[in-house]
Amino acid sequence: MSNYYIALIPLLPLATFVLLGLFGRKYLSGISGIIGTLSLLASTIISLVTAYNYFFITERVNGVFQPIIALKYTWLQFSANVSIDLGIMLDPISMMMIVVVTFVSLMVHIFSLGYMKGEERFATYYAFLSLFTFSMLGLVLSTNIFQIYMFWELVGVSSFLLIGYYFDKPSAVAASKKAFIVTRFADLGFLIGILILAYNAETLDFGILIERLTDATSPYLINSTASTLLGVSALTWGLVLVFLGGAGKSAMFPFHIWLPDAMEGPTPVSALIHAATMVVAGVFLVARLFPIFAFDVSALTVVTYVGVFSALFAAIIACTQTDIKRVLAYSTMSQIGYMMFSLGISHHGGENGLGYMASMFHLFTHAFFKSLLFLGAGAVIHLVHSNEMKDMGGLRKLMPITHITFLIACLAIAGIPPFAGFFSKEEILMAAFENNKLVYVVAVFTSGLTAFYMFRLYYSIFWSKQSHAHADHGEGTLTMKIPLIILGACALSVGFVPIASLVTSDGAALETHIDYIFSLTPVALAIAGILLATSLYKNENSKPQSIANGLGGFYTAAHKKFYMDELYLFITKNIIFNLIGKAAAWIDKTIVDGFMNLLADVTAEISNLIKGLQSGKLQHYAVYFFVGMIGFMLLFIYLWI
Amino acid sequence: MNEIGLTQVLIVSTILFFIGVYGFLTRRNMITMLMSIELILNSININFVAFNKYLYADKLDGTFFTIFIITIAAAEASVAIAIIIHLYRNLKSIDVDDADMMKF
Repeated sequence: MSNYYIALIPLLPLATFVLLGLFGRKYLSGISGIIGTLSLLASTIISLVTAYNYFFITERVNGVFQPIIALKYTWLQFSANVSIDLGIMLDPISMMMIVVVTFVSLMVHIFSLGYMKGEERFATYYAFLSLFTFSMLGLVLSTNIFQIYMFWELVGVSSFLLIGYYFDKPSAVAASKKAFIVTRFADLGFLIGILILAYNAETLDFGILIERLTDATSPYLINSTASTLLGVSALTWGLVLVFLGGAGKSAMFPFHIWLPDAMEGPTPVSALIHAATMVVAGVFLVARLFPIFAFDVSALTVVTYVGVFSALFAAIIACTQTDIKRVLAYSTMSQIGYMMFSLGISHHGGENGLGYMASMFHLFTHAFFKSLLFLGAGAVIHLVHSNEMKDMGGLRKLMPITHITFLIACLAIAGIPPFAGFFSKEEILMAAFENNKLVYVVAVFTSGLTAFYMFRLYYSIFWSKQSHAHADHGEGTLTMKIPLIILGACALSVGFVPIASLVTSDGAALETHIDYIFSLTPVALAIAGILLATSLYKNENSKPQSIANGLGGFYTAAHKKFYMDELYLFITKNIIFNLIGKAAAWIDKTIVDGFMNLLADVTAEISNLIKGLQSGKLQHYAVYFFVGMIGFMLLFIYLWI
Repeated sequence: MNEIGLTQVLIVSTILFFIGVYGFLTRRNMITMLMSIELILNSININFVAFNKYLYADKLDGTFFTIFIITIAAAEASVAIAIIIHLYRNLKSIDVDDADMMKF
């Protein structure tokens, strides 16, 4: 069977990007949205067919899914073994990811038809969305670690372009720069990590890389564990640095500072890039290299603790934010933290791979309910023209569809059965319980917090005070409601997708079961969180304020995001700029420039001294000539006579 | 008593040469400078003829060279006078010190 049609999945959005980017604004401004959406619809259908074929038609070997290289083209050949290839790899996680990416992207495309209507750069917006979709699909389908790096940077660029979409707003420009610089900085680690791994394994290909670095007898693995730096083996360094890149993209602590600011972009973009797809690229990367990570306990420990700390940290901040998109941004960070530590506590293969499966499951369900939350928030912002909670309240009558779907998404993220988030979160908590009790306690607590802040958000938007929103236009166009309804249905149902039998660490189906007794604690905590939020925020009252006052400094610190931005500013401005920057500037200005100026001055002085020789007077020259001739003559006489 | 020999002729030509050099370096009038150059050339001519006569009396090479030099001197004088006329049209002067535009 020819697999070449699979290449259309990323190439269709690329073609759309080229078409709309070149001709969109001039010739296609009216229909650019339709073009983008239709091409992505085709891409979505192909990816669904591909995933269906892969999961249900292709033969498994002993019940294990085999990776298939559908397409491979050697791009740069460095040596006999090392080459940069461009290709398409089909395996369970890439199949799951293309379904998520194309589907969420399609929903966002449809939603944007209404949300972005009337924008001057409408065609450019769709061009950038297509560019992003192309890069993300290329990323998840990569066969080669360098290919993933190239697409990794491409998604970074498209994220930069889309955050800065409203480039006449200074805050948006600053946010896009911040996102780019922070993730770029983390990607430097990723690049070094790639080089370390590639140097030790002498390949860039994922399949061979994993094979060589997971075989305990292979000389590559022995070499890379034997050579150490600062007491840490080269393998661990490589993996931790690769994870650093992933942490940057996935907004893990301490690289999370760009994500809340990235909310300056159009809301559908936040739903697509900063909630469902790009930010989980880091999780995907760790999952892609998971067999190697599983071999190296210390790297996995880093992943675990970064993940679990980010989850708790972000959840606490989310409780205090008042910008609804920022609440969602921190909630995204917290949920990605779940996925990360779930990978971190997992082992490779069989029953021990529960954490891996749970992480992928959570990635899958999270994509749906979080993009739904963002699109719902987009619809709300579309109506009230503000991001602030204080401008909202009582909107449930004005926008019934948004209200219901938003509620579904909140219940899903809070982990209330039978919504999607319940199933994936249960698997994560189960894996945590079996492997690391500390992580389990933090995770359960965080899940209670999650329920609390999500319902704080929900009540602040839809209940609380009486609505004073001016219903100058209704809930939004039909194109905005359809994605909400579809995603709402998904948030209700995707928990029943049998991810456990499809996407596992070793490709073999995993038996899972919901243990109702075990589920009792997290669900009870979630309900407690919801009840607490209900009592505090359902009706406007003074209790939240008094609690905030009671918490005092802690509340202020959380509200100020634990001063992370200030810390970064302090480090960059006071330490880097003042200590290193100023010294470097002084050296440049006085020593380097001074040396150059000295050369120029000396030359000018000498030329000033001797330029009088060139008087323009013919007879002076004649004198020099005669004197010279006489001098030569005397010399000849002295020498030869 | 003494016959006029090569030495005496060379002394005359040397005196003529240095008169020419002195005139070329000290005179400011371009026509005079041109005349000084003619003196230098003629001192050379005398040398050629003298060497021919006293050393190789059976050959004519020196005399031929003298005739060539006279021809070239005529051409050189015409070119120099053309230059002087052009300078005069531009500067209203044939003083060589006024023609000092070609400098730093």
